[in-house]
Amino acid sequence: MDLLAWLQTGLVFGVLLLTIKPLGVYMAKVYGGRRTLLSPLLVPCENLLYRLGGVDADEEMGWQRYAVAMLLFNLAGLATLFALLCLQHLLPLNPRNLPPFTWQLALNTAASFVTNTNWQAYSGETAASYFIQVAGLTVQNFVAAASGMAVAIALIRGFARRRTALIGNFWVDLSRGVLYILLPFSLLAALALVSQGVIQNFSPYRSIPLLQPSAVDTPLGQATVTEATLPMGPVASQEAIKMLGTNGGGFFNANSAHPFENPTPLSHFLEILLMLLIPAAFTHTFGLMVGNARQGWTLLAIMLLLLMASFVLLHWAEVGGTAPLARVGIAGGNLEGKEIRFSLAATSLFEAVTTATSCGAVAAMHDSLTPLGGLVPLSLMLLGEVVFGGVGAGLATMLAFAVIAVFIAGLMIGRTPEYLGKKIEVLEMWMAMVVVLAAGAVVLAFSAIAMTTISAVAATANGGAHGLSEILYAFASMANNNGSAFAGLNAGLDFYTLLGAVAMLIGRFVPAVAMLAMAGSLAAKKYVPPSLGTLPTDKAPFALWLVLVILIVGALTFFPALALGPIADHLTMAGVR
Amino acid sequence: MKELKPALLLLLALTLVCGGLYPALVTGLAQALFPVQANGSLIAGPKGKAAGSLLIGQPFSEAKYLWPRPSATGGFPYNPLASGGANLSPAGAAYGETIAARLHRLQEAGMRGPIAADLVQASGSGLDPHISPHAAATQIRRIAQARGMREERVAAIVAAHLEPRQFGLLGEPRVNVLAVNLALDAAAP
Repeated sequence: MDLLAWLQTGLVFGVLLLTIKPLGVYMAKVYGGRRTLLSPLLVPCENLLYRLGGVDADEEMGWQRYAVAMLLFNLAGLATLFALLCLQHLLPLNPRNLPPFTWQLALNTAASFVTNTNWQAYSGETAASYFIQVAGLTVQNFVAAASGMAVAIALIRGFARRRTALIGNFWVDLSRGVLYILLPFSLLAALALVSQGVIQNFSPYRSIPLLQPSAVDTPLGQATVTEATLPMGPVASQEAIKMLGTNGGGFFNANSAHPFENPTPLSHFLEILLMLLIPAAFTHTFGLMVGNARQGWTLLAIMLLLLMASFVLLHWAEVGGTAPLARVGIAGGNLEGKEIRFSLAATSLFEAVTTATSCGAVAAMHDSLTPLGGLVPLSLMLLGEVVFGGVGAGLATMLAFAVIAVFIAGLMIGRTPEYLGKKIEVLEMWMAMVVVLAAGAVVLAFSAIAMTTISAVAATANGGAHGLSEILYAFASMANNNGSAFAGLNAGLDFYTLLGAVAMLIGRFVPAVAMLAMAGSLAAKKYVPPSLGTLPTDKAPFALWLVLVILIVGALTFFPALALGPIADHLTMAGVR
Repeated sequence: MKELKPALLLLLALTLVCGGLYPALVTGLAQALFPVQANGSLIAGPKGKAAGSLLIGQPFSEAKYLWPRPSATGGFPYNPLASGGANLSPAGAAYGETIAARLHRLQEAGMRGPIAADLVQASGSGLDPHISPHAAATQIRRIAQARGMREERVAAIVAAHLEPRQFGLLGEPRVNVLAVNLALDAAAP
């Protein structure tokens, strides 16, 4: 990498590190119900919400009730969004008179946005009205993210509390996440993005004359195109929460590669930062809430290490270019599917970050990454979205890995497995295994079904090993609630929309309930003060051990599939003619 | 099922806040503070009407115009209603053939010397409004000949539309194709 690439990357991480402490403290205050700078303005709004919803904010819940509330809220969101999509033609703010979604596509899209996946089997500019974008999709971007954050907070309370059955109130955690964290930062981010050129209006699409009329071949013979239609819409308001909530569903088909979503290098920089902001700060919130900030810094260090390594590998693969380019003497790296304005390094960073966090927005087409470059985002998802991961969900999954790491280490060195002063016993282990393996099992089983279904294989755009990569990527993305794609795959096929909806729902809610069950069990335990027999979990050896556990679980589960997909793809690339 | 009522009511309330108030507030502020950007960064053409958006590329193939990158959008190249990339895998045979065909077309048009990587590879959006300075430099002679202009004059127009790195640090230097072509038409119709 050249000096500028390092500087650009360093700037992102430098600014990020500066934000972690203040934001982590702020989030701990918000979820602890303490006073913050925004309280004078937001406490009345918060109380109004509780009055409207008939919520008693002082009443805490056991884990079952918390889980029921979370599931019912998301089910209501799923049903509402499904209905809105199916009734699009009857709803207002539809200047292009777009028809309703088919029920298959509506189900896929509703499941996708409710689970914070934001996999898109439709093109926003030609399929979704302004009403759907703001009242359906933007809303789920907020509440799905806040749901994930609530589950993580409940799990952290499980570690922090002693001898209680209560882990918090879901309605309070949900409302505070939206009002105090997501809304204010989205508002600021949206305006910053508009200043760079992200559009924000409710105008009808604009017809623009082409400076040079363009001849095109159509099935009916040659035709001349003399004008183009510029899509419009309330993009910035959705773009901000799309990145901040690690949602990732683009207003337009091309997502953050689209100049109206990501117009300048600065908007690109902001969008990368927005993805990392909450997941990174969450590590500090965690440290504060369990009363030992070093525990949080340890997890942060692991995440940073894995992210940097992924980014460097991805960038190295893309700068190296491709065999066909090298043969005709073209230097400058693999630019297929990438935009000029961002720079190659910042593009690689975006793609590593979007799959490390479970955002899934893309500023370049992942299908056109080199095979080794494409291996990086795929692996980051398959590791279970723990390298920062989705807001809340990522940290919670990382905590499940920590529980497993503590347990294995305990077996190896003959110490009682303890984490943060809580004994790790059978129930915690079961739940941690469910959290860690649910998505992986779905990925492998569903990919296998796809590979034995003729129409599903025919839907791949690139054949051979790369075709397997496309399918593996699709289910890895959906089951881990990422949402990015090897977009050559025809995701609109009923096979993928329906099976994908199942994958997304399992990948989101099975681990979420397991996390809450673990929270309930942990909260009820007494605190075991650290003794000579306790493995310190805030020191470098444990951090390294945790990295190894994450990599070993990932490799054992997925290496055969990766060998047949991206690795075979890379090894055969040299032979391309 | 005690939680069903708050589930429905809070969903409704949060829909009003996040799907109504928030987008309306952003729209109001955006239109007041940044009206040009919020409405698509449109630029005026020769007759004073909007000639396009500075952010959305247009297709150009005539010798007298600066050419953009290849575009894989559906319908026609640079179709703003069909944003997206080619999704070709660099390890696949189709990619090699496509690169060769794009290169052949540029060489047919008389382009010599090292060809810029962005001129043979399509962007992710299919709407990339920019090309690299290298890609622009290799087209100056063709444009000058087609328009009967001096090469220095064409080069000056291109240079005037060179966008540097933001704050000298972020992104890549780039040339806005539509802006250059509008300026070329204005200089030598």
